[in-house]
This record gives sequence, structure tokens and C-alpha cells, in this order.
Amino acid sequence: MGKVIVVTSGKGGVGKTTSTAALGAALARAGQNVVVVDFDVGLRNLDLVMGAERRVVYDLINVVQGVVKLPQALIRDKRIETLFLLPASQTRDKDALTEEGVGRVIAELRAKFDWVICDSPAGIERGATLAMRFADAAVIVANSEVSSVRDSDRIIGLLDSKTVKAEKGERMEKHLLITRFDSTRAARGEMLSIEDVLEILSVPLLGIIPESEAVLRASNLGTPVTICSSDSAPARAYTAAARRLAGEDIAMTIPTDKRGFFNKLFGRRAA
Amino acid sequence: MAVSSVAQQRSPMRFRGRSYMAFALTPEPPIVDWLAELDNWIRSSAGFFVGRPVVLDLAAVTLTTPAIAHLIAELGTRNIRIMGIEGIEADKLGPGLPPLLKGGRAASVEAVDSTAASKPAAAVRKEQSSLLLEAPVRSGQSVFFPDGDVTVLGSVGSGAEVIAGGSIHIYGTLRGRAMAGMSGNRAARIFCSKIEAELLAIDGFYRTAEDLDTALRGRLVQAWLNGEVLMVTAMD
Repeated sequence: MGKVIVVTSGKGGVGKTTSTAALGAALARAGQNVVVVDFDVGLRNLDLVMGAERRVVYDLINVVQGVVKLPQALIRDKRIETLFLLPASQTRDKDALTEEGVGRVIAELRAKFDWVICDSPAGIERGATLAMRFADAAVIVANSEVSSVRDSDRIIGLLDSKTVKAEKGERMEKHLLITRFDSTRAARGEMLSIEDVLEILSVPLLGIIPESEAVLRASNLGTPVTICSSDSAPARAYTAAARRLAGEDIAMTIPTDKRGFFNKLFGRRAA
Repeated sequence: MAVSSVAQQRSPMRFRGRSYMAFALTPEPPIVDWLAELDNWIRSSAGFFVGRPVVLDLAAVTLTTPAIAHLIAELGTRNIRIMGIEGIEADKLGPGLPPLLKGGRAASVEAVDSTAASKPAAAVRKEQSSLLLEAPVRSGQSVFFPDGDVTVLGSVGSGAEVIAGGSIHIYGTLRGRAMAGMSGNRAARIFCSKIEAELLAIDGFYRTAEDLDTALRGRLVQAWLNGEVLMVTAMD
């Protein structure tokens, strides 16, 4: 039986989709069978970040409504053969998702894969609540700024009350992933510190992903950052986070991009 | 043995009683002033009544039927919808008005998440006079306990609220709002080990973060009523 993870945040633009793709690819590279599921019906992006946008035929809605069978909608990654994508529909909206349908699809995915990683849409409405509904664990993506942290706090409240696990009285496993972290700005007090974020949210830390151009470059190339530039700082941070998710005990560090002397001098201008 | 007909087998229609928690609003004369005070309250707690069942208790005022209809319309413009009326004679209520309710008693509710009380464990037994919460109160959650003190071992998040009939004790950081002594208990106090609160109130007298001395921020404080002034003092 696989583990179902929801990647969620409340706020938009904090890095849910990037993190879903990066964590999924990192786990798959470690030999695990992984499927990443896009729940952002109507505003799908995960297919782009995974570089599979030209190969989408059927989507989550088709499977939820029973129009096609699950294997027909799954797209195998071209780089890692144990990595699959279940895309969202761009032409429909979140009302097309039914709780029974989503439950059935998640159960089927759980039986097939080691990891089912659900990319939640922003917000706290139907799409977001259904994405978390059947999860075993949650990765809460937050930036170290006040609005993102407050929205994450709200989402944690929903994870503890609106999921099947919570309704059964079980404890929802939660992990905090701080993305787009800029240690220089945090040191200057322009962002919340990691300690502040942890104190406010009181959820164990899964990883700290440094702000990096490599992430944007990877998205534009349609390759998860953990594949496309696997020795970049964010890729190393995501890979470590994926290993922690799988239960490994790894010391928490914030990787940095090592630059040569000339790069340091001219890197910015040349780029 | 008689063979019972299909009609006899059908079970008789049953009506079951069901009880719900509602807020009771008690207007006091003069109604105009009372409405103005209500407006003040709504300004500081926008959205407080949204989706919450509200009952109108008219025991303190004497109103004619048109006046009652007018009052309900006024409340309607403030997004407060009245589900029932109590405290008057039945003949005062015309067909266009909410039904008369009787036999209400003060009760306690802990409505975690204001949009829907989803935790079955949240139902509070009647004999309880204090409520202990071991988990943090997250943004968007609302803890409502009119019967006594509330103790929170964790933090109260920004955008969360704790409303108590008695005192409120918060051992984590208070970033949201705390309203103590809500049913007229002026001796109620608010204690928190680290204050970053959005709003503090005791028996309706409140202070927002803006009115709070910045020197107090992040400290161990208590809030109490001195006459009609809400005092906030450090305890560390």
C-alpha cells in the first residue's frame, strides 16, 4: 500500500507545484514508484512543470467520472520510468470533482504506487479540500513571510478537521517545507526567520529550499529541478527533503550554490 | 393469522426533536443606540455573525409588530438573519415574522472552525465549567465557550479567536483575538505568555493591536477591566 501525500499551502504562488514535481522526481530517482496528481482542475500547471503538456489525452476528471480507466490517463515520465503524472483538466472546474470519485481514484493509485503525491490548488475551497481529503500525510509549503504563514496555519487547521484521517480521530502527519528562502534577506530582517515560522506553525520541518534561478529555469524547461540541475542548491535541498519524507534522518542544512571566484565576480553581470 | 396489508406495514410518520446552538441577541432600549453599539461591535469583529444561527430575545423591550419587523429588517441589512424570537407574546408575531421560541437555556458551544463545526469531539458536556485545549488554535478556527474559563496550551494563530464566558489563559503566543467575560463577567481576565494579539476584549470592552502599547509586545501580560477601561499590564 502506497502513501498518499498532499502538497498544500492555502496561499498561491508559494511553490506547491514545483515542490510536488521536485519531490516526486527525487523519490522516483531513488527507485520508488511515484505518481504526481494535479488537483488544480481548470488551472493545471503540473503537466508543464513535468514537461508532459503535449502528451495529455485523458485527465483526472475523466477518471473520476469513470469515462476512462486509470491506466489510460497516467502519463509515464520520459526521463524516469517509475515516475507518472495524472494531469488535471484545463477545460473543467473543481465542481466536476466528486468525493466518491476522488476517493475511488486515490484508492486505485494507492494500490499501484509507493507514493501518491497530490498537488493541491491554492485556496480552501472544494479543490483544496478534496486534494487533502484522503491523504495520509501533508507537506505544507510556506514562504517565510506573514501572509503565507497565516494561510498555512489555516490549512493546518483544515488538515486536522476536514480529512478522513482526522474524522477517524487519527493524527494527520504534517511536514513543513519552507521554499524560496533567502538567507541574506532573512538576516536583514526582511523575511521571517526559520525559527519564527516554526514557532508560529509548530509543525516539524521537512526542508528549506533556497531561492534560486535554477527553479525558474527548470520550470521553463519542463523538468523537475531535482532532475534538470541535480547538483544545484534547490535540487539538493529537495532531494534531502524527499529522503526525510521517506523516513531517513538527515541533518537540516540550507544548501547554497557554490560559485567559482570569477563567477562570483562576474556571474551576475554575465547572467 | 392476518396478513398485514402494505399500507399497514408502512411505518407511521415520525417527528423527532433536535436541538441546535444559537446566539441570542438582546436589544435594549433605546433601540437606535443599541443598533449603533451593534455596528461598533460588527466593525471590530467583521463576519462574526455570518453563518451563525441567531435568536432575538425581546424580553427587555416593548415593541409593536411593525417595529419588530423593522428591527429584523435592520438586522438583515447587517447580514444577521433571525431564526426565531423569544421573550414576547405569540399574538405579537405576524405571519411574516420568525416563529416564537420557548424554553431556551444558556448553553455552551465549542465551534471549531466557524464555517462548520466538524469535530464531533467538540461537543462540550453541560457540567463542564472550564475548557482545556492542548492543540494550537489555528487561523480561521473559533473556540466559543460561554460557560467558563478557556485554557489553551498552544498558541492562538493570527485570524483565530477564543471567546469565553470566564477568563482566558494562553500558554503559547496569542496572535489572534481573545474575548473573555462575554456573558457579562467583568471580573474575567485574559492571560497570555506572549502577546501579539489582534484584539483583546472583556465583557465587550476591547482594545485592538493598534491601541496596545508597543512596549508590551511579545511579553507575558494580563488584561483586566478597570471600570470601563481595558487594562493590559506586563507580568514579567
